[in-house]
Amino acid sequence: MSRPQSPAPSVSQGTFTRAILDAGQPVPEGLLDPEGRPAGRRFSVYRNNVAVSLTEALATAFPVIEKLIGEENFKAVAGVFLRRYPPDSPLMMFYGQQMPAFLEGFEPLKHLGYLPDVARLEIALRESYHAADATPVPPEALQALPPDRLMAARLRLAPALRLVRSRWPVASIWHFNMSEGAPKPPANGENALVTRPGFDPQIIALPPGGGAFIAALLAGESFGAALDAASGAVEGFDLTAVLGLLIQGGAIASIEEGPPA
Amino acid sequence: MLDATPRRFDALPNRPGVGYKPQHFAEIMEDPGPVDWLEIHAENYMGAGGRPIAQLRHLAERFPISVHGVGLSIGGEAPLDAEHLARLRQLLGWLNPASFSEHLAWSTHDSHFFNDLLPLPYTEATLARVCAHIDQVQEAVGRRMLLENPSTYLAFAESQIPETEFLAEIAARTGCGLLFDVNNVFVSATNQKTDPYSYIDAFPLHLVGEIHLGGHDEDEDDHGAPLLIDSHGCEVVDPVWEMYRYTLQKGGAKPSLIEWDNDVPEWPVLAAEAARADALLAEVPA
Ligand SMILES: [Fe+2]
Repeated sequence: MSRPQSPAPSVSQGTFTRAILDAGQPVPEGLLDPEGRPAGRRFSVYRNNVAVSLTEALATAFPVIEKLIGEENFKAVAGVFLRRYPPDSPLMMFYGQQMPAFLEGFEPLKHLGYLPDVARLEIALRESYHAADATPVPPEALQALPPDRLMAARLRLAPALRLVRSRWPVASIWHFNMSEGAPKPPANGENALVTRPGFDPQIIALPPGGGAFIAALLAGESFGAALDAASGAVEGFDLTAVLGLLIQGGAIASIEEGPPA
Repeated sequence: MLDATPRRFDALPNRPGVGYKPQHFAEIMEDPGPVDWLEIHAENYMGAGGRPIAQLRHLAERFPISVHGVGLSIGGEAPLDAEHLARLRQLLGWLNPASFSEHLAWSTHDSHFFNDLLPLPYTEATLARVCAHIDQVQEAVGRRMLLENPSTYLAFAESQIPETEFLAEIAARTGCGLLFDVNNVFVSATNQKTDPYSYIDAFPLHLVGEIHLGGHDEDEDDHGAPLLIDSHGCEVVDPVWEMYRYTLQKGGAKPSLIEWDNDVPEWPVLAAEAARADALLAEVPA
């Protein structure tokens, strides 16, 4: 190979990545084929790898969104999203945190108002899947406490628990798209509870007041205060049903008495 | 044993291994066939818990594990991501794997991660930078790492050092070992119109702690020249097996991994690829 007369142009990684994300940018000067000609299509391999792999990561993260809008539309949405929000960490299993907010502001999909909350639920599922393990308290532990002590106690919930409160039937939309034979979603909003008994997260629509109750527990309120919040939010709050869901979901990690840490 | 913290597997055996995919868990635990060790991608096991970590704990009791990082961006212009390095240190700490490797590439710029192994020019400046980063990594994780030769699709006009020399010099300066990806050699040599066997001859095989064997896709550049793309989505092609045999004859038996990351096949297909490596390993002294 002959040595070039002038110093070879150096390609900064900023120039490289700008040209990767924006196919309208020229291929950076200084990238060559074996004959010393401009790299052309060879550079497109990187453009393609990045776009395809990030689109795939988003499709893995948001299968219900993909189903709701269709594969082709999802690819187009992912293409816009990944250029606006490239991953900010190499942990691809958590890529797409900005998707709900992105969908909220995405004009072409504004008529599908439930999409952002469905995306929130899909993020909650992934977080639950990778969350730390916790041994749940035995089912009889709550009953074992005298009522006054239970009211003053704080339930520490499992790291894998997530709550998505929505004015859309978000849990039912998820099941309708992902579970064979699931009924059509109702018209009302839902508070979706994600728990992980064992390794597989499950999604359940909470009964009325359940969202207020669990939100209060997550905020560190005492059992009694959470009960007040739920009873204040709805009439006839079914505490037994909600506790049953938490226990069945292995979601109560400990019962803490005494002043908050 | 008097050692309070015995290391069950100090090194990868000079035997076939495969890239671990969760869908193969039950089959691997039941009958791994010729597969004697497993490789995982570090980043997939940096969650706090759940099934991935539980499966890995099980596997690590039975198989030597190679941790292969894909997100450290060792060739990056910017300083290494301290948070990511800490996560890596934590994973290597509790798992205590038989091997840790990363790539001669970059993937992060301006705190954005591009999820691809991007190329770097081979100059004195990039050599110094890569070495500084490897020093930092080895220091942080408290162990020697292996560095893998890349697949390349284009050349940098500013490059001044042949890739084999570049890698050998990194190893000499940092004390790291090398991971020799035979498919990457074939892909790069085809794309750069060079001779893959000259590359093997120039490569410091005595520093190689692991071999990779994977599949690639075929495309063409603007001028109709073959453009091979490292895809890890199919069988290893015959010319790569031939190069692998040559490498073993020359450098001796090495831990040899089948890399299949996309369109992952059923277990028997993967095991058959490992059996092919096994047959070639049997031709050289263990
Ligand atoms: Fe490789």
